[in-house]
Amino acid sequence: MSKQINTIQSSAVPLQMENVDTDQIIPARFLKATSREGFGKNLFRDWRYEQDDETQPKQDFVLNNPIYSGRILVAGKNFGCGSSREHAAWAIKDAGFDVVVSSFFADIFKNNALNNFLLPVTVSEEYLKELFTAIEADPNTIIEVNLPEQFINIVSSGKKASFDINSYKKTCLLNGYDDIDYLLSIREQIETFEHSHS
Amino acid sequence: MKTLFEKIWEKHVVQTIEGGPSILYIDRHFIHEVTSPQAFNGLNKRGIKVFRPNQVVATADHNVPTLDQHLPIKEELSRVQVDTLKKNCAEHGIELYGLGHPFQGIVHVIGPELGITQPGMTIVCGDSHTSTHGAFGSIAFGIGTSEVEMVLATQCLMQSRPKLMRINIDGQLNDGVVSKDIVLYILAQITASGATGYAVEFAGSAIRSLSMEARMTICNMSIEMGARCGMIAPDQTTFDYIQGRRFAPQGEDWEKSVAYWQTLFSDEGAAFDTEINIKAEDIEPMITYGTNPGMGIGVGGHIPGLGEVEEKEKPSFEKSLAYMGLQPGAAIKGTKVDYVFIGSCTNSRIEDLRLVAGFVNGKQKAPGVEVWIVPGSKQVEKQAIEEGIDKIFEAAGFILRQPGCSACLGMNEDKIPAGKYCISTSNRNFEGRQGPNARTFLASPLTAALAAITGEVGDVREYWKN
Ligand code: SF4
Repeated sequence: MSKQINTIQSSAVPLQMENVDTDQIIPARFLKATSREGFGKNLFRDWRYEQDDETQPKQDFVLNNPIYSGRILVAGKNFGCGSSREHAAWAIKDAGFDVVVSSFFADIFKNNALNNFLLPVTVSEEYLKELFTAIEADPNTIIEVNLPEQFINIVSSGKKASFDINSYKKTCLLNGYDDIDYLLSIREQIETFEHSHS
Repeated sequence: MKTLFEKIWEKHVVQTIEGGPSILYIDRHFIHEVTSPQAFNGLNKRGIKVFRPNQVVATADHNVPTLDQHLPIKEELSRVQVDTLKKNCAEHGIELYGLGHPFQGIVHVIGPELGITQPGMTIVCGDSHTSTHGAFGSIAFGIGTSEVEMVLATQCLMQSRPKLMRINIDGQLNDGVVSKDIVLYILAQITASGATGYAVEFAGSAIRSLSMEARMTICNMSIEMGARCGMIAPDQTTFDYIQGRRFAPQGEDWEKSVAYWQTLFSDEGAAFDTEINIKAEDIEPMITYGTNPGMGIGVGGHIPGLGEVEEKEKPSFEKSLAYMGLQPGAAIKGTKVDYVFIGSCTNSRIEDLRLVAGFVNGKQKAPGVEVWIVPGSKQVEKQAIEEGIDKIFEAAGFILRQPGCSACLGMNEDKIPAGKYCISTSNRNFEGRQGPNARTFLASPLTAALAAITGEVGDVREYWKN
């Protein structure tokens, strides 16, 4: 799993659905593991298989459609709502995605994604539509996600949009830093705070 | 002039990172078996111990059986998860209210019930319904496992300050309308993403008139609007609820605490980014018909027709109704139900069980309907038995099970079978939430109790009159 994100050029998988909740991304019955690995195979489990049977993939589900592939998942608004389970971010990352694009992310999911070097890119409704249209017209459409310069680009048409990310998180993603290292480095300050905090 | 949120937030900021989040000090951290093991693994890998074990409380709830809890857990993965929590808590000196402990229960039920949850605190848990604790006037929100690790390691969390929203509900509630209906009504108005990015304060005379347990139900479901957290300013109702509980401040400490808590309210004229006003009189008993909690209607109403749905929302809407096996434009009243689930951190407290018992007393459950009543904690269970509520349920043909999350998320064996309809007092009607292909109607304990008796969705107000 890559612990750094910079510029990604890849085709994308279009998931044209709104309010995709984390129970869909990874159903609760797969949360019994005590490690972080291996959740990718159960990503969108109930949309992917008939009767929970891995030998019966649902033909109409986009992840089962061989014409779509890539490291970028493009999804409808309010992606990642519901349960705080970080397993959702683990599953998406484990299935080979480094970027999720949507017009709107649920808060907790966004934090979980960032903490796992899965980049959530928020674009406007219009741009999201452009993306879906471009991918539908040509499943091999290359999308460029440029973190240093904070833009996303449909390479064939040159249609670009910028995206926001706070500068602290951006530095973390570019360099593979994690928050815990930083917090551990200021433990003394935390202890001082505790003395004045009753 | 400050809002309630700002008063608490500012008191907890250890540092603000330039162009980044704030480092927020966390007073209480709840953990459970499902979202904590990877966090402990992380600590072990770093070779560090839990920083402030006395500020962490653990319980086993998500993945526990709700029958025969004295026996070893049958399913191996579940057993390993519960045992891992036990081991981690022992290694790091964390208090665990595990299976068999008289304080065990759903994490958001036991925190308040033990007096651990108090006004003015920052509270987190690796569970989105941590927003429940905001009912006491605290900043309480759910976090992911990496953040659980962060708090275990440093008692701090990196967070960006959310925007602020206030929802005012004024007036007198109609008969048969309870706090679950209020929150389902708000959701139907503002949708399942209507408060994303916000901390929401619930205010107004209708909120003030509610008991603490009813307030918890509302804050519990603020996450269903996408809110970072929900909160209600503490008042005498809050103080009375906390006083005398096991971990409540005592003696001189109590006086000091109350004096501080009384300063926790949004000052007159304090600014909110968004404000919404709702008239309590407009709220009916509510029920959801779709697959997100914002898809709710009054029980007397109709499922929206295709013409009433925005063009771009049609695919999701149609998919949702197809999953539910319901028709656009149809009346919801009279829809048959197969299961009734009364439980979850939304509605499994003693007042909920009393409400249900009061309604069903002397009545019989409808033939063919399965009714599961799952108390939120061992203490709720004990009290229900002391009050004879279990006998009322038994006589009606219901089963009072043992505490846990149960069919709220269907992680243990309590799953609703595929295609079956369940009216549930829980908080999520997502596809597959209660079991693969299970169909969920979210409603209040009262509306659920009515369905248990009649076998269909009905309007509790029609019974109220008699
Ligand atoms: S009862 Fe349901 S919503 Fe509440 S903590 Fe358990 S699984 Fe989560």
